[in-house]
Amino acid sequence: MKLTLRVWRQKNPDTPGAMATYELDGVSQDMSFLEMLDVLNEELIVKGEEPVAFDHDCREGICGACSLVINGDAHGPERTTTCQLHMRSFRDGDTIDIEPWRASAFPVIKDLVVDRSAFDRVIQAGGFITAPTGSAPEAHATPVPKADADYAFEHAECIGCGACVAACPNGAAMLFTSAKVNHLNVLPQGSPERETRVLDMVAQMDAEGFGGCTLAGECATACPKGIPLFSITAMNKEWLRASRKVKR
Amino acid sequence: MAFGFWQSTLGKKIVMGVTGLIMIGYLCAHLLGNMKIFFGPGEFNAYGHWLRVMGAPVLHHEWGLWIARIVLLAAVILHAVSAYQLSRRDIKARPQKYVHTKPRMSYATRTMRWGGVILGLFIVWHILDLTTGTTHSGGFQEGHPYQNVVDTFSTWYGNVIYIVAMLAMGMHVRHGFWSAAQTLGAGNHTRDRALKAIANALAIVLTAGFISIPVGVMTGVVS
Ligand code: HEM
Ligand code: FES
Repeated sequence: MKLTLRVWRQKNPDTPGAMATYELDGVSQDMSFLEMLDVLNEELIVKGEEPVAFDHDCREGICGACSLVINGDAHGPERTTTCQLHMRSFRDGDTIDIEPWRASAFPVIKDLVVDRSAFDRVIQAGGFITAPTGSAPEAHATPVPKADADYAFEHAECIGCGACVAACPNGAAMLFTSAKVNHLNVLPQGSPERETRVLDMVAQMDAEGFGGCTLAGECATACPKGIPLFSITAMNKEWLRASRKVKR
Repeated sequence: MAFGFWQSTLGKKIVMGVTGLIMIGYLCAHLLGNMKIFFGPGEFNAYGHWLRVMGAPVLHHEWGLWIARIVLLAAVILHAVSAYQLSRRDIKARPQKYVHTKPRMSYATRTMRWGGVILGLFIVWHILDLTTGTTHSGGFQEGHPYQNVVDTFSTWYGNVIYIVAMLAMGMHVRHGFWSAAQTLGAGNHTRDRALKAIANALAIVLTAGFISIPVGVMTGVVS
């Protein structure tokens, strides 16, 4: 396939960026989107140009490192991560726009790489349990109802990639935060910190400068792991309950 | 605690949801009352009079009405202030647009902010027109609401302002009712169809109901 790529190039956080156009030939339908960018970068290096910086790690759709807004969609046209997106989703002769996640809480570091450490700080505010864990406990020691286990697992699938923030018209981190809150709050291990978790994580989310929810639903559409929009509803409920219970 | 609640984006959104639902509740009651216009000036004006003696003999003359007015005014102000503050925050959180854009959200969702502004302006005009009579066309007659309504809808601009505002209201209620359910934690997979159906029904009944009044005047059913 022959493609026209329009890629956001930005030297560093302080220099304004712009879209740059590249023609790329010899792309196979079986390549992943990131492999296609690898090919582009090899060509750029041979020509003595700076390669395009982009985030990636596992390339298996499990780590959450890859990003990219492709033709206006976070992670591109399929419901999966950019690393698991293949060039067969595009046609020969296509023009593809590739942009970084856009949100003021996710500043661009270089080209397509953004700083997602705001997510780490939201997790540090309460996305954990404080019980000492040690080696894996006996699975039957703490009974968990099947429905709760499924609910926790559905939310534990969040890989923290930030597609929800990128897709949200308000740059909100509600879907991410709600996935983490719901995952732990439904489990017995998470229940001692049920109230402080949701209050602290939401406060940190606000402090990082993420926007608010207007129920546009873009986050859940973009999520490669299918975290549902109702996770946000459930977090609202947890937050309302906690703010009534906890006096601070 | 109260301070922390208002500081949080979730707290402000909850204020917006609760005040929005209060206003929707009011609109339902307001529509039921207004429908009396189709039963003639006697019945409609008597209803206007009852609003003033509502709650008697427990409440003094017009106290019930004033309590309702104060609650509604507080609701409108809290709703508008939280909408303004949250919207500013949202715009700041996403300063740079994508080069590759596509229209996504439904029309009702995209028009919440401008629709809200239209509603705010409409509420001011509506009070000046039919409550205080300040901007009323032709002689405003205190205590004769039936005639005042007929006068308003005998002008082309009265009809235009009112019908545009009611269409905006319908869309605002459609996304707003469903949103408020999510904001207050009442939504889930199983209830979603019912909530959406209620939101659509509220939007259609309120819009069609209110618009039936200027249409009634224009067609001579109400005169
Ligand atoms: C003063 C004029 C008004 C302004 C400026 C305004 C503005 C807004 C805005 C910006 C939103 C948030 C939209 C979103 O989440 O995407 C909203 C939500 C809402 N509005 Fe209004 N609005 C006004 C009047 C009204 C009226 C008259 C009603 C009652 C019919 C109403 C009912 C609602 C409801 C129920 C919500 C949903 C709240 C939630 O998401 O929890 N609004 N409004
Ligand atoms: S690189 Fe790990 S999820 Fe895409």
